Amino acid sequence: MKGFGFSSIKPRVIDYDRNNRTVSEYILEREPSFSLCIACGACAATCSAANFTEMSLRKLNIFLKRGENDEVRRIMNRCMLCGKCTLVCPRGVNTRNVIFITQQAFKKLDNYAV
Amino acid sequence: MQFNPFVIPFNIGLYFIIIYCVAICIIWFMDLSRADKLRLQRGFFGKPFTRSIKEIFTESLIHRKIFRLNPVLGYMHMSLAFGWFLLILLGTIEADIFGEKHLNPPYKAIFFRFFNPDHGAEGFARVYSFIMDFILAFILSGLMIAIIKRFWSRIVGMKKTTNLKTLDRIALLSLWLIFPSRLLAESFTCGAAGSGSFLTGSLGSFFAGFLPAEAMAYPFWWLYSLSLGLFFILLPRTRYMHIPSELFLIFLRNSGVRTGDQYGSYAEAQVYSCSSCGICLDKCQLSRSAGINDIQSAYFVKGLKRNDDVYDISLNCLMCGRCETSCPVGIELGALRMIQRRAGETPEDMKSIWTGYMRERNQDRNIDKEANKKVFNYLQPEPVVSETEVLYFAGCMTHLSPGISTSMIKIFEAAGVNYHFMDQNGSVCCGRPLMLAGKDREARELIQHNSMAIWSSGAKKLVTSCPICLKVFTESYHLDVEVLHHTEFICRLIEEGRLTLKFLNRTVVYHDPCELGRGLGIYYDPRMVLYHVARFNDTEFERDNAPCCGGSLGNIRLDSRKKTAVASDALNDLARSNPDFLITSCPLCKKTFRKVAQNGSPEIIDIAEIVVKAMPPSQKEEFRHNKNCQRGVKYTVVK
Repeated sequence: MKGFGFSSIKPRVIDYDRNNRTVSEYILEREPSFSLCIACGACAATCSAANFTEMSLRKLNIFLKRGENDEVRRIMNRCMLCGKCTLVCPRGVNTRNVIFITQQAFKKLDNYAV
Repeated sequence: MQFNPFVIPFNIGLYFIIIYCVAICIIWFMDLSRADKLRLQRGFFGKPFTRSIKEIFTESLIHRKIFRLNPVLGYMHMSLAFGWFLLILLGTIEADIFGEKHLNPPYKAIFFRFFNPDHGAEGFARVYSFIMDFILAFILSGLMIAIIKRFWSRIVGMKKTTNLKTLDRIALLSLWLIFPSRLLAESFTCGAAGSGSFLTGSLGSFFAGFLPAEAMAYPFWWLYSLSLGLFFILLPRTRYMHIPSELFLIFLRNSGVRTGDQYGSYAEAQVYSCSSCGICLDKCQLSRSAGINDIQSAYFVKGLKRNDDVYDISLNCLMCGRCETSCPVGIELGALRMIQRRAGETPEDMKSIWTGYMRERNQDRNIDKEANKKVFNYLQPEPVVSETEVLYFAGCMTHLSPGISTSMIKIFEAAGVNYHFMDQNGSVCCGRPLMLAGKDREARELIQHNSMAIWSSGAKKLVTSCPICLKVFTESYHLDVEVLHHTEFICRLIEEGRLTLKFLNRTVVYHDPCELGRGLGIYYDPRMVLYHVARFNDTEFERDNAPCCGGSLGNIRLDSRKKTAVASDALNDLARSNPDFLITSCPLCKKTFRKVAQNGSPEIIDIAEIVVKAMPPSQKEEFRHNKNCQRGVKYTVVK
């Protein structure tokens, strides 16, 4: 019996000092309109992929800015790049490019980083 | 043996370029796939050969397509190409007939006047030297236009001309020097000998009056030879490589070789065949409306040629295809961009200046580590539907503009079509947006998923409301159903008499969506439908010249402000005649135009919606009745 029947909950502290936010900076540098996002969730509401699975650009945005890259990795490839979110975005964020660059950034991270 | 040291630079240049062209043609031929090699062989020893020769004459020499677009530019290109060709051809004949012996080395024809200063005094020789002078004057007139175009492009009817790099400038200068230096060299020689015709003769005797003509001639012959030599040496590194490679390209194209989806010989021949003439610059809406002036096809191809990293340029394009339809060389610019999008960024080690003479290819470099991993594993197979005649696939964008899909359903009901609304509860994307982003492998998964659903339905026809979906359905899916856009389907219903429409007394203007018009060539059906329902206004922005709405999924990089700028310019152009309705047949175009529509703009609706407006009330009532009966609503007529 492992842990005598007790389980420890993963700490839910978001440690800004420890989290790697270079990816988020990389994206903001290449798609500045991403900083306009107000996390209203219109993109998530219209998302084609969200019909079938847990995919939300609003979440992706929050995870990215916090530097929780594992979460981002988990959901970013579910996007079909159909572009509906770009059309409904009230702030004019080029959401399609955000996801495109995010995928690119993680690919680069995998290929070139140690 | 007549010889003078000044012919050496010309000879070096000439033999270099001949050897280079032969070598590159052999390399290109070796790199062709086996099927393409066979095609080229068959094309070369068969019927396409005469077609190629004809095309070389009409396009490479006369430049017919440019003539149609802009006569002044056409004249400029023709005088330089055709004039130079005639000068070489007739010069060779002249040297053969009037020279001291037959079968001379090439430099004899080019520097004929230097070796035979007394030639052309009487008889046939006089007529001949008149012809040669006339051709030289013809070329010089074209050169004058070229110089005017470079500095004041608006005079010759071009808003912009291409920006050049240093090497291009040197090559351009050497090209510009060739013919004036020939004129002066010949004139001085003629002036000293008292020969020559109307141009070189009179200019020569004028100079001889106050200048030492014989001593002046020699430096200009050197200049002539040097500028020719320099031009030939620089040719492979500059845009003038289009002169030899276009010939190869024409043979390849007429033999049936196409770009395909990978970078190969044909793509490379196309890249080298771009003359950076700049006709695509004026066609690009991003330059006109959004002020983006470095991504146009001329610069994209130039970047490819120089092994620059053109990945970002390739992504920042609406993929509307306007440049491709206007390209006088017929380069498949869209396909080239797609190849670059798939290839990704150009690695640093390829950007060496020494590879300019021999290119390296950016292929097999981006090996994906996760190539076998499924991305869209969350998709469940679609439920099998019962037998239907027609499958209706609305597409993602139509779901954002539901007026179109409800209109289509009304039309299906009114015409009594047995249909099934495939993606009623939200769709899986067709895959085209992923392909446009260069993600073909991921797109294949979606294609597989949708194909399974379409195959299992057993339908005869697949109707879609979205031209983006239609494009990928026809080009990348392997389906055994007939794929139709809803304009085609409605047109058929009307022609078969299954849909009766009344005539609306309104004026309409039609906007050809890029993917439907230039992409798939569907121009007839939407117009037929509109002729039936309303007064159709022709505009100059139609068919091949239709503007892109700016909302295109082809462009990943464009920000919303610039998209709006493109859209409002396009809308203003289309609404110039103040119609009641602006009709389009793409949900994305409709959404984009609606975003920028103002108070005075016409109402922007889809073609399906205007057809529903034109349906007689009885058919509409019937539909409402049917719908209500289905819902179980009791139908009472209020008097």
